[in-house]
Amino acid sequence: MPKLTIDGKEVEVAAGTNLIEAARQAGVEVPHYCYHPGLSIAGQCRLCMVDIEKNPRPQIGCNTQAADGMVVHTQTERVLETRKSIMEFHLVNHPLDCPVCDQAGECWLQIYYMRHGLYDPRMVDEKVHKPKAVPLGPHVILDAERCILCSRCVRFCDEVTKTGELGIFNRGDHSEIGLFPGKTLENNYSGNVIDICPVGALTDRDFRFQVRVWYLDTGRSICNGCARGCNVEVHTSRRRPHHNQGRRIARLKPRHNPDVNQWWMCDVGRYGFGWIDDDSRLLAPLRRTGGADAALGWDEAVTALAEAVKRYRPEEIGILASPQMSNEDLFVLQRLAAHLGVAAVDHRVPPRVPGEEDDLLLRADRNPNRRGAELIGLGTGDARGILDGARQRRIKLLWIFQHDLLDSGWPPADVTAALAGAEMVVFQGPSANATSAGAHLVLPSAAYVEREGTFTNFQGRVQRFRTVVEPLGEAQADWAILGRVGRALGGADPAFSAGRAEQVFAGLAGQVPAFSGMSYRGLRDAGQAVKA
Amino acid sequence: MAEKIFTRNFDRAGSHTLAVYRETGGYTALAKALRMEPPAITEEVKKSNLRGLGGAAFPTGVKWSFIPKGSTAPKYLVINADEGEPGTFKDRYLMERDPHAMIEGMIIAGRAIDSRLAFVYIRGEYVKPWQIVSGAVKEAYEAGLLGKNIQGTGFDFDIVVHRGAGAYICGEETGLLSSLEGKKGWPKIKPPFPAIKGAFGQPTIVNNVETIAAVPHIINRGGEWFAGLGTKTQGGTRLYSVSGHVVRPGVVEAPVSVTLRSLIYDQCGGMRDGRKLKAVVPGGSSAPILTADEIDVTMDADGLKAAGTMIGSAGVIVMDETVSIPEALMVVARFYAHESCGQCTPCRESTGWIYKMAHRIVEGKGRKEDLDTILDVAKRGAGTTICAFYDGAVGPYVSYIEKFRAEFEALIPHEA
Repeated sequence: MPKLTIDGKEVEVAAGTNLIEAARQAGVEVPHYCYHPGLSIAGQCRLCMVDIEKNPRPQIGCNTQAADGMVVHTQTERVLETRKSIMEFHLVNHPLDCPVCDQAGECWLQIYYMRHGLYDPRMVDEKVHKPKAVPLGPHVILDAERCILCSRCVRFCDEVTKTGELGIFNRGDHSEIGLFPGKTLENNYSGNVIDICPVGALTDRDFRFQVRVWYLDTGRSICNGCARGCNVEVHTSRRRPHHNQGRRIARLKPRHNPDVNQWWMCDVGRYGFGWIDDDSRLLAPLRRTGGADAALGWDEAVTALAEAVKRYRPEEIGILASPQMSNEDLFVLQRLAAHLGVAAVDHRVPPRVPGEEDDLLLRADRNPNRRGAELIGLGTGDARGILDGARQRRIKLLWIFQHDLLDSGWPPADVTAALAGAEMVVFQGPSANATSAGAHLVLPSAAYVEREGTFTNFQGRVQRFRTVVEPLGEAQADWAILGRVGRALGGADPAFSAGRAEQVFAGLAGQVPAFSGMSYRGLRDAGQAVKA
Repeated sequence: MAEKIFTRNFDRAGSHTLAVYRETGGYTALAKALRMEPPAITEEVKKSNLRGLGGAAFPTGVKWSFIPKGSTAPKYLVINADEGEPGTFKDRYLMERDPHAMIEGMIIAGRAIDSRLAFVYIRGEYVKPWQIVSGAVKEAYEAGLLGKNIQGTGFDFDIVVHRGAGAYICGEETGLLSSLEGKKGWPKIKPPFPAIKGAFGQPTIVNNVETIAAVPHIINRGGEWFAGLGTKTQGGTRLYSVSGHVVRPGVVEAPVSVTLRSLIYDQCGGMRDGRKLKAVVPGGSSAPILTADEIDVTMDADGLKAAGTMIGSAGVIVMDETVSIPEALMVVARFYAHESCGQCTPCRESTGWIYKMAHRIVEGKGRKEDLDTILDVAKRGAGTTICAFYDGAVGPYVSYIEKFRAEFEALIPHEA
């Protein structure tokens, strides 16, 4: 492992590490545009120049590998002057339209100009004009005048998705990013080019003009769009509630996790958050009798449910859990089922249309926690058997979590018969759907971004997601609702009286072997793999 | 008058044919080289002090020796026939009038570097050279000089003639390789260098047409003979493409030790119409300009380097007193702005910017700070890019203004 000195700090790095990464490890930032750790080296922006002793002139850090005994300086007079010059070159033909540019506030031209530029502009001639506001596909829009030709987007489409939609056309200062003839940027990862674009050239059609980024807040989460569990940041608009059309969730951005999603996320997940602020969210517990809806307080709702549960024998109760629920939710549910002696519990409701899968990130299973449900033991029943039990009136209380059974892989006639066959249908979930519309008791769950917890991805990695926004209306985390029901039913399990997700997790780690030895905080940002 | 080597056949009828080439000793060097051990060929070329005649003047034998020893990877020889440097037209003459010299040199070089496949990358505008070279390659195949088991020696060697599409940057060695690979003609970042990882990711040597055409003569008559024709650090004669206001412009062969003055006044008949010499660009448009007082320099790589300019492609552009240097700069700046590949930011952005300033000055709309801005921008961008294109552009930007500043200032309106 080469040992080198960067700005007087000695650092030992893995062989093959370039000087940008080596400097990062030494706590030194080398500014750069075209370099991206997930892409090949282009060496085009020329911003990452550093001085290496015994070299006659500055070298680009991205294409220089750390070598033993190398002495690197990133703050010499000529490096600083070179950076300043390169910044001026990057901005010579830039339109400087920050006031109307979505990237403003998170633009690396702005950031680096302030850190490394600060020259007096000398360009007085007409700038080069290029196409503006060009849609490249369903999600991405191009402003070629803002583009600094770093080629990250081109390399992403060549190297990561291998779809090759983008190229750089023309020459010199007329160079511009564009689509090859007949192509559209509609691969399932197209949104990533917006993330890796360091400037305002590629912006998000969904996010565009919705909210200035300096009004956004950020929370760490896990995408709930499929079994991969991509690490994400949830960006929320709360400081200017009238922006973003009043919606709290402004956008999702991938968060680097080398073991799960690297730097990327798919468009299915990225643009799949609309339901969280949708009008279809359930805001308060609801009792529905004879076609009339009555809002309930939580105490009443929990009592109503507990009384209903008590009316039936355990074999007359069927529970359809959801792999959208967190490990904590599922664990408390499992404890509750055990307390009641209910065996008909399952999470395997088939989707109406099986999801498409690719070899990059997206999984066919569009649920974030199938593996957790399996490991916690919620597949003891038989989902179809539960449905049939209700149809045949053997199951009298049907407790459905999240699923819209009427929009599932089961024949709607069978579902309708089951929902009609059960004496009591309880629906618990964040959003209303056709199934909840027919339920006798509806309990509003907090969406995953409105509470914290963990998901177990298909590889068995347990990952934390955090509370990003407060629950809408009266909604509560499923584990909390289930705990209240458990207590109302006289359960003494500590899981029923947990006050925080962390406490539930501790119980889970203590009782489910796959999770043994894990601690909630010990999961940190990278997550941890369950025991095989 | 010194012996003609490259041009010895130029005036013979049918000099591009195999038969005429053979009449003057053609392919005897190949026969000799096929009996030599490959390292001995490289050694002979090293001894000759042959330096790259395309622009960079790198020692050819040394370049060949960069091919990794004992590598079993396919190795490629690529001939740079993309002659695009403004003011340069010597390779065109060589390909039209003596294509077999290049082909023979290629086979010998191929043997030296253990290559079995070579490419000739000819600029798209060179239709006639392309036709003649293609015909000569065909003739060589028919005569068993190319293909499998050449002359019964067990050595296989193929040549593919490939046309470029007309971009100056494709004359840059790695831009050429990108283009040859079917990609946009963007120079590649180094390392890796082409001798390690060049065309199609394999060890590759790129040589200029004239450079490779010198090889048969070196093999036939020995490296020492060739070295003796030139200076201490550069052997041989070479072809100077002389254009501009001389009495007899054209391709002139002379020893590399010839002075610029001799080239203009002895070889090319002096200045046209009795006018006065004003300036000379000695090595293609990228070479810094020399004033009329600076022409007592030898026209070898090191002589011109000492004079603050470069031999480049030996395209000698002679300008008389009627030439406006600011206009000349504007024309050159327009060329570089148009031809910058756009890959590296400093080159992409500042070539266009400098052209706009130069244009404005010529239009009489210059500002007094423009000249210093051009000089500063040019110097700041120099040495910061992947390839030498920008440093080439900086040559004229800086030298034209520094040596003829008063002429520029005269065009800039005085502020009221």
